[in-house]
Amino acid sequence: MIGFLLKGLLRDRSRSLFPLLTVASGVALTVMLHGWLYGVLNSMLDVNAKFQTGHLKVMTLAYAEQEEQFPNDLACTGVESLLVELRNEFPDIVWTARIRFGGLLDVPDSTGETRAQGPAFGMAFDLFTATSPERRLLKLQQALVRGRLPHQANEILMSDEFARKLGVGIGETATLLSTTMYGSVAMHNFTVAGTVVFGISAMDRGAIIADISDVQRALDMENSAGEILGFLDTLQFEKERTEAVKMAFNQQHSDPDDDFSHTMLSLRDQNGLGELLDLIVMALSLVVGIFLFVMFIVLWNAGLMASLRRYGEIGVRLATGEDKGHLYRAMLLESFMLGLIGSALGTIVGLAISTYLQNHGLDFSSFSKNSSLFMDNVFRAQVTPGSYVIGFIPGLIATVLGTTFSGIGIYKRQTSQLFKELEV
Amino acid sequence: MQDSVQIEARHLCKTFPMGQQQVVALEQVNLSFREGEFAGLVGPSGSGKTTFLNIAGLLDVPTGGNITVMGQPSDGASHKAAAALRNRHIGFIFQTFNLLPVYTVFENVEFPLLLQGMPKSQRKDAVWQALEWVGILDKAKARPSQLSGGQSQRVAIARAMVKRPAIVLADEPTANLDAKNSHNVLQTMVKLNEELKTSFIFSTHDEKVIQYLKRKISLEDGRVVEDSEAEARKHEAELQ
Repeated sequence: MIGFLLKGLLRDRSRSLFPLLTVASGVALTVMLHGWLYGVLNSMLDVNAKFQTGHLKVMTLAYAEQEEQFPNDLACTGVESLLVELRNEFPDIVWTARIRFGGLLDVPDSTGETRAQGPAFGMAFDLFTATSPERRLLKLQQALVRGRLPHQANEILMSDEFARKLGVGIGETATLLSTTMYGSVAMHNFTVAGTVVFGISAMDRGAIIADISDVQRALDMENSAGEILGFLDTLQFEKERTEAVKMAFNQQHSDPDDDFSHTMLSLRDQNGLGELLDLIVMALSLVVGIFLFVMFIVLWNAGLMASLRRYGEIGVRLATGEDKGHLYRAMLLESFMLGLIGSALGTIVGLAISTYLQNHGLDFSSFSKNSSLFMDNVFRAQVTPGSYVIGFIPGLIATVLGTTFSGIGIYKRQTSQLFKELEV
Repeated sequence: MQDSVQIEARHLCKTFPMGQQQVVALEQVNLSFREGEFAGLVGPSGSGKTTFLNIAGLLDVPTGGNITVMGQPSDGASHKAAAALRNRHIGFIFQTFNLLPVYTVFENVEFPLLLQGMPKSQRKDAVWQALEWVGILDKAKARPSQLSGGQSQRVAIARAMVKRPAIVLADEPTANLDAKNSHNVLQTMVKLNEELKTSFIFSTHDEKVIQYLKRKISLEDGRVVEDSEAEARKHEAELQ
């Protein structure tokens, strides 16, 4: 009997091909949308963590309050011992010290006079030690467009756009004018070793990257750093794990009455990212929810139309002696098979498009030129384990539910009424 | 041979709601049909012919009175029991043939046997035999869209007959056929009635059908106004 019904289903394209295409396209869109939104959200988290917040960040209480102004006069001192302590206490987290600083970058001519000048945002970390995670975290080698990575003291990387704007070439000198940890004027000569493009507007506009020991000397911050960043070994932000580490650290080190006591913040505590994440997750859930609902309605309607169109066939089958329960179950089985095959097809198509978007992405740099947000200019989808199953929710459930509800009409109608409709 | 009663209706009533009013389709109908009948319900549109066939086929339920089909009273019969009764004992033939368009002629005829769970080899034999009865063996692989009206109705007859039902209910079976095809189809039915002793009950107002009937029951406004068999019995009784 199942073979007989399947034969009919395959031969009647309006019952098989059209619903199959509807289900498959809806599912493909759902998978794509899920992968895309998930990818963008994860990329945002990743970029923020790597360039700004870490998964965890240790600062002094006072520095944390004015963090956006890079108040290096309030930086942590005794960083080396603090790093040792953190690595011992939380060995599954990668700890690294950073100094963020602002200043003016001056490019002198051959006579030492200013040739070009521009405001710079600087980031200093361990560039030279073999065990330093930074080169890998920030993918410096991939970001390099001219020159080479620094390998000796006082060499820096500049954002390519900034270097071109100032007209500074590889091997040329650039002088940083800033303030020391103690408030006096700092002036330090660097050599431009290479230029980089990160694909993040906030970094590519005017960033310089230096080794932390050079900047410690330049800004008089011996054994000090503005912040110590911690990254989970998985390199994926995990709310529960970071909260546990934060609580443990703060209980031991943080003293609200001491501005220079150390405090640990998680990614969610910084730059309003927690609220932003919650908002984005809510918006994503809403978008995906609405999409699923629309899909549900479309597929339900398709099931309803298919059932209504088949009243004639249903009437004949009932007259021939098929009982309503058997007929109803056969229709449900039919829609289940359509939903399953359609969902599988849609998932394959959706995954293929998501994988393409994961590898190639879409470049939105022209829209984020002036953005100060730490976001990748290329938005990429991300294929996750969820991508393999998300499409089956609208595909399978909506199709079967559609038939379930539309099939109730068959139950409620008198068989003879079906015949009247059949005769029309 | 015509002793056992297959359908017995007593004080059968059926009303349909239409807006605020109730339309009477059948009123106090008393009829019985025995094995091997070739009978027809005759009357104008709206006289209650199709309603009676629907109730006799357990596709509809009466609003009053009762009907017993193959010994089973219709009141209280579940959908499942009614379907089982239809599947085993009743065949239907419709005015518009109602063949399943995506299946071949063979598959259309095979369908009632699939519902009975008949083994494949027996099913095959039964279908070929049914196609032979109605003379369309050569069209077994054709789709309904490739058939003429007469051929389609023959397939419908084969589908109704393949399970060897005790009763075939035929609702205006010649309404969509020309005269030649009507006669061919009716002759096929007469042959099956005589050879297999299957009862045929028609609803019709087609003179071509009426001339083949062995028993004619006239309906008007839901009432039986004439029953040729009852007349004959009465006449016989008077003679005696």
